[in-house]
Amino acid sequence: MINLPESELNAAFGGSEPTVLSEPNFWRRAGHSLLHDPIAMCSFAFIALLAVVAVFAPFIAPFNPLHEFSNGLSFQGAPVAPNGHFLLGTDASGRDVLSRLIYGARVSLMVGVVATGLASLIGVVIGTVSGYVGGVTESILMRFTDMVLSFPILLFCVALIAVTGPSARNVVLVIAFAYWTYLARVVRGQVLSLKEREFVTAARTLGVGHLKIIRKHIMPHLLPTIIVYGTLGVATSILIEASLSFLGIGVPLPQASWGEMISEGQQYFQVAPWLLVAPGVVLILTVLAFNLAGDWLTDLLDPATRDMGR
Amino acid sequence: MTSPTSTTLVDVRDLNVHFRVRRGLAASRSIKAVDGVSFELSPGQTLGIAGESGSGKSTVARTLVQIIRPTGGTISLDGEVVTNLKGSRLRRYRRRMQMVYQDPYDSLDPRMMIREAIGEALAVRGLAKSQHKDEVNQLLHRVNLPASVATRYPGQLSGGQRQRVSIARALAVNPEVIICDEAVAALDVSIRAQVLNLLKDIQRDTGVGYLFISHDLSTLRFMADHVAVMYVGRIVEYGTSDEVFANPLHPYTKALISAVPSVTSRGQMRLKLSGEPPDPGNPPSGCPFHPRCPEAIDECRRERPELLMTSSGQRVACHVVSARQRKESAKGSA
Repeated sequence: MINLPESELNAAFGGSEPTVLSEPNFWRRAGHSLLHDPIAMCSFAFIALLAVVAVFAPFIAPFNPLHEFSNGLSFQGAPVAPNGHFLLGTDASGRDVLSRLIYGARVSLMVGVVATGLASLIGVVIGTVSGYVGGVTESILMRFTDMVLSFPILLFCVALIAVTGPSARNVVLVIAFAYWTYLARVVRGQVLSLKEREFVTAARTLGVGHLKIIRKHIMPHLLPTIIVYGTLGVATSILIEASLSFLGIGVPLPQASWGEMISEGQQYFQVAPWLLVAPGVVLILTVLAFNLAGDWLTDLLDPATRDMGR
Repeated sequence: MTSPTSTTLVDVRDLNVHFRVRRGLAASRSIKAVDGVSFELSPGQTLGIAGESGSGKSTVARTLVQIIRPTGGTISLDGEVVTNLKGSRLRRYRRRMQMVYQDPYDSLDPRMMIREAIGEALAVRGLAKSQHKDEVNQLLHRVNLPASVATRYPGQLSGGQRQRVSIARALAVNPEVIICDEAVAALDVSIRAQVLNLLKDIQRDTGVGYLFISHDLSTLRFMADHVAVMYVGRIVEYGTSDEVFANPLHPYTKALISAVPSVTSRGQMRLKLSGEPPDPGNPPSGCPFHPRCPEAIDECRRERPELLMTSSGQRVACHVVSARQRKESAKGSA
């Protein structure tokens, strides 16, 4: 078959000569979408509230979270139920639950954000390098990723912290080390396909250096993925931190953290259900908010609906 | 092939691009995407390469800009062998040989403003950032685009506008050669004519050499000074545009040219080709064109024809043509 008629067909249908496509401003589109999505709106509002609470914890918390109030325990030594003074009651040591919850938000958010940030950094670097360089480098990096990925994360964390000793820093490092693999794989896949795009080839033949190509032509296209994975990663990290604290190997006592509060609360669930319910509800809401926000971002930044007709 | 003269800008000799393909446990076999291709390009001239998809014409282009490494042969630019350059020398070389791509929708980064896209090329040239704005405007003006395009994204431009931007970006590094790989194939006929005229104007002004790759012979007839027709990785006919179009000798070239719709040839018999071009991984014996060739003789099935000079000036790789020429010269001498 001769190719000639094809070009005429193309021309006849004007296939590739559309009218000027306007690309609406990203932030305006985001704001518009957010206004029409109350769930996403609530999620972001909750996350914002949480951030404010965490940052200004000393000003917001009614009491010192570590102070064991003498009036925080009943005469029988039981925790005090929520009342006008202790809004969410007290725990088994007579400490104010609300204050501990507020300070716990600091730990959870700090661990969630820092661990995810670190994981994203590692994941993006390893994913980009293996996808862009290819060859033996790629094989080694991806087999290493597979290896980390095949570890049961929680057991892995337990083992590592058993060796390194519990501390907030170690919790962050351990979560980051377990979580970067997911992003590394996704990023590698995207870089593999981006690398073959003609605009990357065009930059190469122009004589643009590899680092600049990665910075200018690859990174901007990875950003949506990184944002989405980052948001979902925060939720996962908060959960892992709570699990570790629940197991007693998270952020060391007496510092308040949600997992530790749940762990302690379940022992007194029969007599003082608020000890379990309060941190449990906050934890669920936080993780839910991050997940929903992540979903919304996925939709917003989805390449299938974004940049239509490019 | 004649020896390169001082006027030869690009000299490609015996270029081979063979890909190794492994299929499961079977032994790897090689696909000869480009097989012994030689051609020359002089400054300010245009060499057209024609052929069907799979004929290896794009592979030739990609080898010249060194996205693909040749497995054999040499490429020289201005007398200097540039095959297998590495590192900074490769980058310096790339500046001298630019490419305009087929797909105006993918050859510009959708997330990069036109100003930045052209600025990137200017940075490669080493132009100070303060001078970028003026230079970008000048380049846009050169390709007949308004300066306002500078602050647009590729998604906001039409295909023709984007292709002009691609040309401006290629020009930004002051190349000696621009390879146009089906650069106008995706454009409307009217836009295509504008872009082709623009390319001709630029050549007249700057003396840049074009390697113009197209499956569309009417485009080549308009653009090219020399034409090479490729079939399954080899050049089957090579000569000046006039020689090839006025007097095509290879049956494949004849068929291609007769397929071009024209007003004057209405009612004339059309030479039609049947069948598909062969799989380059498993080409037919002898002349790869023989299964589709209306004039094939026994020899075509056995032996691969060489690219030989003919009495009418162009080089042709065809046993039938060679035999006819021999007969004619014998008659002439008798």
